[in-house]
Amino acid sequence: MKKALEQKLGLVDMLEIKCPYCGDRSQNEFSYGGDATVKRPELNSEVNDLEWDSFVYYRDNPRGKHLELWHHISGCRQWFKVHRNTATHEIIQTLEMQEDL
Amino acid sequence: MQKYSVFSLIKNALTNHQNWDVVWRDPEPKKEYEAIIIGGGGHGLATAFYLAKYYNMKNIAILEKGWIGGGNVARNTTILRSNYMHDANSLFYDHGMQMWKDLSQELNYNVMYSPRGILNLAHSDAQLNAYARRGNSMRLNGIDVSLIGREEVKKMIPFADFTSNARFPIFGGLLQPIGGTARHDAVAWGYARAADDMGVDIIQHCEVNGFDIENGKLTGVQTSRGNIKTKKVGLCVAGSTSLLAEKLNMNLPMEAHVLQACVSEPVKPLLDGVVTFGAGHFYCSQSDKGEMVMGGDLDGYNSYAQRGNLPTIQHVLTEGVALFPNLSRLKILRTWGGVMDMSMDGSPIIDKTHIEGVYLNCGWCYGGFKATPVSGLTFAHTIANDTPHDLSIPFRLDRFNTGHLLDEKGLGTKTWIS
Repeated sequence: MKKALEQKLGLVDMLEIKCPYCGDRSQNEFSYGGDATVKRPELNSEVNDLEWDSFVYYRDNPRGKHLELWHHISGCRQWFKVHRNTATHEIIQTLEMQEDL
Repeated sequence: MQKYSVFSLIKNALTNHQNWDVVWRDPEPKKEYEAIIIGGGGHGLATAFYLAKYYNMKNIAILEKGWIGGGNVARNTTILRSNYMHDANSLFYDHGMQMWKDLSQELNYNVMYSPRGILNLAHSDAQLNAYARRGNSMRLNGIDVSLIGREEVKKMIPFADFTSNARFPIFGGLLQPIGGTARHDAVAWGYARAADDMGVDIIQHCEVNGFDIENGKLTGVQTSRGNIKTKKVGLCVAGSTSLLAEKLNMNLPMEAHVLQACVSEPVKPLLDGVVTFGAGHFYCSQSDKGEMVMGGDLDGYNSYAQRGNLPTIQHVLTEGVALFPNLSRLKILRTWGGVMDMSMDGSPIIDKTHIEGVYLNCGWCYGGFKATPVSGLTFAHTIANDTPHDLSIPFRLDRFNTGHLLDEKGLGTKTWIS
């Protein structure tokens, strides 16, 4: 309860990320992988320049809830998704790669 | 404007400093302006100043959500340099370096410009070769720079780790003598005072909530202090650019990231210029107050929080202590964070948009402070003439569609890998 409140208020010294496979671990064990909502254009389909540019460069960049990829690089080395608030750093939920919000 | 000089200082000292003019006015927003600059940071203030000075626009407003000197202009580490390899970057930033030289006189405000040199350290032969290449590129663009060896570096910073135990031994470095620092608050206040003197209305605590657009043309902005008509608006809101762009239905090649910096307790003069560590991301200078000013990596995840976490501070200071072992005896006085517009190629965007009358100045990553004068000048040109300045042509937004990227570091789109 207290931990959740502190995280909501941004009073924590470091992020504590719940790896779906290992549980709560310190931020030091993870590396970031960027926006998880970016979709690569389908293979073997006609892709125009605009679609490629959007995929490679353009981001929604929201202030607030953001679905993103993290890698438990110093742990189980699994990629997974984190639903996190970019304004408060509150971590709302973590999901396995195949799961959706 | 009351001119600042030694005589005005003496005169006001005799009256106990009770009769100084206010530095800038606090006007109510008018119904209509010729041009509006959103964002009263360094770049916004400089843009308004040069619009008034060189482009004969007098009816200009700067709308600032917070207060002057409360955003990134007061959160940076005050470093000035133009040690870039690509032509577009070196010509642009070096034009800015020339502008810094006379800025205090131009603004009649002491910005404490201090060209004490910036030294990038190399920790391997390969890195020294890469610096030689960068130095040659800079020289071809007319920028004074020299490659120096370990012994010369030792004379400049004898307290760095030159022992045989050094984790990353110093092989030499690239020295740009004209690099240095300027006082960031003074830059904001100086531009604000000078712009105000030219008739620019600086309106603080005024947030822009939306834009009025008719048939693809801008007609006004909606603000927390009422609607204001204008035909031209310039966005200088680094850190919040994506949020305002969303109100214009624009998606940008950009992510917001938090970058932290910190200062130590003040000590006697130790470090003259700016030194960057080459085996990681750490840089250091000493302020006039004596604090060691230090910075390094982004925290590494999207953030609008203006604050970061301790692991990054610890990581950066570990590098600092590897370079300067004596730093380990100092206490950290304070740390802070700012929100960076991390563009997808690491270079800024100065351009028109698809909406007539809307202009964009953003994507400064973690290098915007040194560009304050040249960014203001080129953006003012873009707004006034509706066409980019010669120096800022390579910084147009469409480079992300044409492939003419300016990826100085070769990092690609992973902006958080710094």
